[in-house]
Amino acid sequence: MTALVVSLVKSGLLEIQEYMRLQGQTMRGIVSRPFYFRDVVEQFEEIGIGSLTVVLLTGFFTGAVLALQTGITLDQFGARPFVGRLISASMIKELGPVLTGLMLAGRVGSGIAAELGSMVVTDQINALRALGTDPVRKLVVPRVLAGVFMAPVLTVVANTVGIIGGWLIAVYQLRVASSLYWTSVVEGLFLQDAWMGLIKPFFLGFAIVTIGCHVGLRTHGGTQGVGRSTTNAVVASSVAVIAVDFFVTRVLITLLY
Amino acid sequence: MVLAAPRSAPLEEALGEGSPIVVLDRVSLAFDDKVILKNISFTLLKGHTKIILGASGSGKSTILKLILGLLKPDAGVIWVNGERVDGMTELEMMKVRADLGMVFQEGALFDSLTVAENVGYKLFEESDMPRADVRQRVDEILGFIGLDDHVDRTPAELSGGQRRRVAIARAMAAKPRLLLYDEPTTGLDPITAITVDNEIVKLRDIENVSSILVTHQLRDAFFVATHEAVHDAAGRLQVVPAGLDKAEEAEFIMLKDGEIAFEGHAAELRATSDSYLKTFLS
Ligand SMILES: Nc1ncnc2c1ncn2[C@@H]1O[C@H](COP(=O)(O)OP(=O)(O)OP(=O)(O)O)[C@@H](O)[C@H]1O
Ligand SMILES: [Mg+2]
Repeated sequence: MTALVVSLVKSGLLEIQEYMRLQGQTMRGIVSRPFYFRDVVEQFEEIGIGSLTVVLLTGFFTGAVLALQTGITLDQFGARPFVGRLISASMIKELGPVLTGLMLAGRVGSGIAAELGSMVVTDQINALRALGTDPVRKLVVPRVLAGVFMAPVLTVVANTVGIIGGWLIAVYQLRVASSLYWTSVVEGLFLQDAWMGLIKPFFLGFAIVTIGCHVGLRTHGGTQGVGRSTTNAVVASSVAVIAVDFFVTRVLITLLY
Repeated sequence: MVLAAPRSAPLEEALGEGSPIVVLDRVSLAFDDKVILKNISFTLLKGHTKIILGASGSGKSTILKLILGLLKPDAGVIWVNGERVDGMTELEMMKVRADLGMVFQEGALFDSLTVAENVGYKLFEESDMPRADVRQRVDEILGFIGLDDHVDRTPAELSGGQRRRVAIARAMAAKPRLLLYDEPTTGLDPITAITVDNEIVKLRDIENVSSILVTHQLRDAFFVATHEAVHDAAGRLQVVPAGLDKAEEAEFIMLKDGEIAFEGHAAELRATSDSYLKTFLS
């Protein structure tokens, strides 16, 4: 029993050490040559444009359902016109970043783990090394850059359509005047909240992509291993999204408010 | 790219013609508790060929990966092209790999790139060669392996044998001085296999490329060992049966239970009385 615990702790520590090492190599890859520019552009497109649909849909329905639910609650206080305020505050501070993060964990984290994992088991990573390319620079750096910069952009998109979704429900279902909704949305916006909503996705994007790369590159055991890696990447990066969100929020509250 | 210290003239000369290009000295490797290689030692001289035989799982691919620095030995010393590579960092290793080519057993082609991009990968991504020249070299080599009309396909759209030919082309494209072939002719029809064998022979004898050939196809192994490329009277390149001296430049190694069970030339291998070897050869 103790032996089992010891070996679990050991492999856990090893995993963390490897993960940290990958981050170090990635940082070095970002600031020094060679730099594979075309791959960076490709990943911005793949991660950014590729995730647009799913982010648009989640953002929209989240805003809409938020309007429905808060409409009921606000009615108890006769405060229905304030629905915009609640939507903008909760979307921008919390729901936008976290839901976008979760969607990216599902789409991007798993995709990266599966792609890099199959490259490992088919010797393509070895072939890259044999041809003189550092796989971290060629594969990890472009994905990390794309993840870190596209996550905030996608979050802003999610927030925007979320607020529009809320507006549709507010106007057509709750019968709140359009102008009232928008004034209320703006009133709910504080500069700190906007910063909070913009800073968080950088960290979430970083966590999702680095976890996907790490898990993918450590794949072993053939196609079965690729499946395992993909699942692990989704689970680990989803949990990481929630956990990182908590810690970053904690820090930002002390810094900003 | 970081370069090693420049070599002095005497050292450069000592590493010239007829000197070793690959040396393994008592190399051992185990995966977890399973010992794969025990005290393996051999030397490959410049311009020569080493043919590694052995049952499936005997560690042939592992030896090639050790030479490329993709794996590190548990014990022993490995020299490649005048550099000691066991213990080298990945960054230092890149410089050694610049002069190496490897044909992976399963091809290991990049799925996301076309045939032409795969073949030209090293020249395009890791060298300063102008694009037009890269394109020309790619066309040349694809023409040679007979895949000129497949340049824009992806590996997924090729047959197994075609993929293997692309892998061979990719390894050759940058004209390395040492080529490692992991089962290059397995799964090829006899005609294409002979084309590949001929190319291995030509690269060795005309371009002075040293090679290590891992194979189960004894016919191809003996063909490479016993042929040489020469220019005939009209100046055309011909592959002909090799003279005795030339045939001695190709050595066979037989792996068994992690050790070298046989080392010698084609003639010696044919004349062996060892029963394991005989079963293997028949
Ligand atoms: N990454 C690895 N982890 C654990 N064991 C491995 C690994 N790679 C190879 N092995 C084991 O090492 C042994 C030698 O493998 P290797 O690929 O060198 O065999 P081989 O001689 O090339 O066989 P084949 O002719 O089938 O290609 C095999 O028993 C294999 O199971
Ligand atoms: Mg093998």
